[in-house]
Amino acid sequence: METLMTILVGFLVMIAVYLLLSRNLIRVILGTAVLSHAAHLLLMTMGGLKKGSAPLLGENAESYTDALPQALILTAIVISFAVTAFLLVLAYRTYKKTGTDNLQELRGFEDE
Amino acid sequence: MNNIIAMPMIIPLLTGIILVFLRHNTKTQRVLSILSSIGTVAVSLVILHQIQQEGILRLDFGGWLPPYGILFVADSFSMLLVVTTSIVTGILLIYAFSSIGQQFEHMFFYPFVFFLVAGVNGSFLTGDLFNLFVCFEVMLLSSYVLITMGGRKVQLIESIKYVTINVLSSWFFLMGIAYLYGTIGTLNMAHLSVRIAEVGQGPLLTVISLIFLIVFSLKAGLLLYFWLPGSYSVPPTVIAALFGALLTKVGMYALFRVFTLIFYHEPIITHTAIGVMAILTMIGGSVGALAYNDIRKIVSYNVVIAVGFILAGLAISTEIAFQGAIYYLIHDMIVKALLFLLAGTMIYLTGKTKIEEMSGLIRNYPALGWLFFITMLSLAGIPPLSGFIGKVFIGQGAIESGSFALLIVAFASGIFVLYSLLRIFLNSFWGETIINEDDDVPLKRGMLVPCILFAIMTVAIGIGVEALAPYVSDAARTLMNPEIYIEAVLQGNR
Repeated sequence: METLMTILVGFLVMIAVYLLLSRNLIRVILGTAVLSHAAHLLLMTMGGLKKGSAPLLGENAESYTDALPQALILTAIVISFAVTAFLLVLAYRTYKKTGTDNLQELRGFEDE
Repeated sequence: MNNIIAMPMIIPLLTGIILVFLRHNTKTQRVLSILSSIGTVAVSLVILHQIQQEGILRLDFGGWLPPYGILFVADSFSMLLVVTTSIVTGILLIYAFSSIGQQFEHMFFYPFVFFLVAGVNGSFLTGDLFNLFVCFEVMLLSSYVLITMGGRKVQLIESIKYVTINVLSSWFFLMGIAYLYGTIGTLNMAHLSVRIAEVGQGPLLTVISLIFLIVFSLKAGLLLYFWLPGSYSVPPTVIAALFGALLTKVGMYALFRVFTLIFYHEPIITHTAIGVMAILTMIGGSVGALAYNDIRKIVSYNVVIAVGFILAGLAISTEIAFQGAIYYLIHDMIVKALLFLLAGTMIYLTGKTKIEEMSGLIRNYPALGWLFFITMLSLAGIPPLSGFIGKVFIGQGAIESGSFALLIVAFASGIFVLYSLLRIFLNSFWGETIINEDDDVPLKRGMLVPCILFAIMTVAIGIGVEALAPYVSDAARTLMNPEIYIEAVLQGNR
């Protein structure tokens, strides 16, 4: 299961890199969103997937699942949500101001 | 267990939140922000003093003992940087009062400065790798807002690059954390260090350490500085000064922490890589500083050169070199803030950004000219000023460890710093006066006072270096002997 997840992470990174390298600003932003999801999935996989029961003392189980990666991912998701929201607003403002969302055309502005 | 060490992060955070609600009340915002800065400085000084008497302090949040909980650790190194951050921010705020303008003050300028400072101080104080990521993000999100503030076309375009590159480096950071957690099973920095010492830093861990090297190099501008000159030259003066003084320093702090505390077993790979990157950074920065005629670009490339110089201290990795790097870090935070302020003031006064378009400014504004002269000498490392002691110690460390390539490049870069600033000085301050007496823009006192305060600080550090010495040598000793840090964090519950 872990191997499968790792392959999925690699696949997500592949898509994200493709999107990041495109000229369209919205695609770049989608790329960053996919990229951070790949990182979240990797974090979860690295903690080990469902190795035992829920980490509660009342369960009286032999082994427990590591709960820490979930806590980390929750924080990371909130942060990536905020950054993506900010980037979308930034892209909108840039589009309004410059009239283009093509990164190639946004190059080489020396002065206003 | 000591609640006071959370204060340098909590005071700015609370101030920021309160200021959000005082949006239209400019006067109250100013008073509160100054009071809060003074409070932060005072608290940080108390903590720094306390560390000298009681050793490294730590605060386990919620009573969860390390390595299970998140904790703040205050040692001399982090507290020296916290103190400098707080002082620099306070003085920059004074400059902001007279320069930033009503429009910015109503658009949450002060709250975001404080959120930025909270992130910076949090990064310095945390003892947990994931918490470091979170504090980095707090700092970066505020910097995203500050860099776009004003919404000019260039600003928006540069900030797209800045935000994207930082999202990418945050991704690398998360990947590094994931790999490290997968192999070692902990994220507490002291605990990581213990476990890595037990299992040995094999090839896998060295690769992970290189991922962290990429992450923090992107943030610090070590070799991967291509985003820096563009994005540091577009925002308003105060914000650029804040970035130039603080943001790269956090990346450097993280590099120092990670490569002295956690990944110090394979210096042939990691520290050599840092050394090579430092050399290339200094060369690239020097080329950039000489290539441009735009004052803001020249000043931004000076930030790059300093990054290379300070990390040369990490690459050398002896106690003397660490001392030099710490002195130079403190010096650089103060003098880079001053340099950015002076450059911004020159642009404000003349309305021009290129050096060949200004001339004879010293006739109109003698104080500004002399301040620039002091800054230039301080950055070049002339004895009575603060840059000198750091250079001497790094040089001494380089000679002792036989890293002559670093030594030559580091000191040659000093000459390029001097030359690049001398170009500004000769072109803009000397020569024929272009502005005639009648229509020169008056230099506001609120702009001059902060610059003078910074200049006094650089002179004071240069002359009163004895007073600073015990703190710096304690910080360097802790960096050199990670056991001290580990013992303080994990004592009694390993």
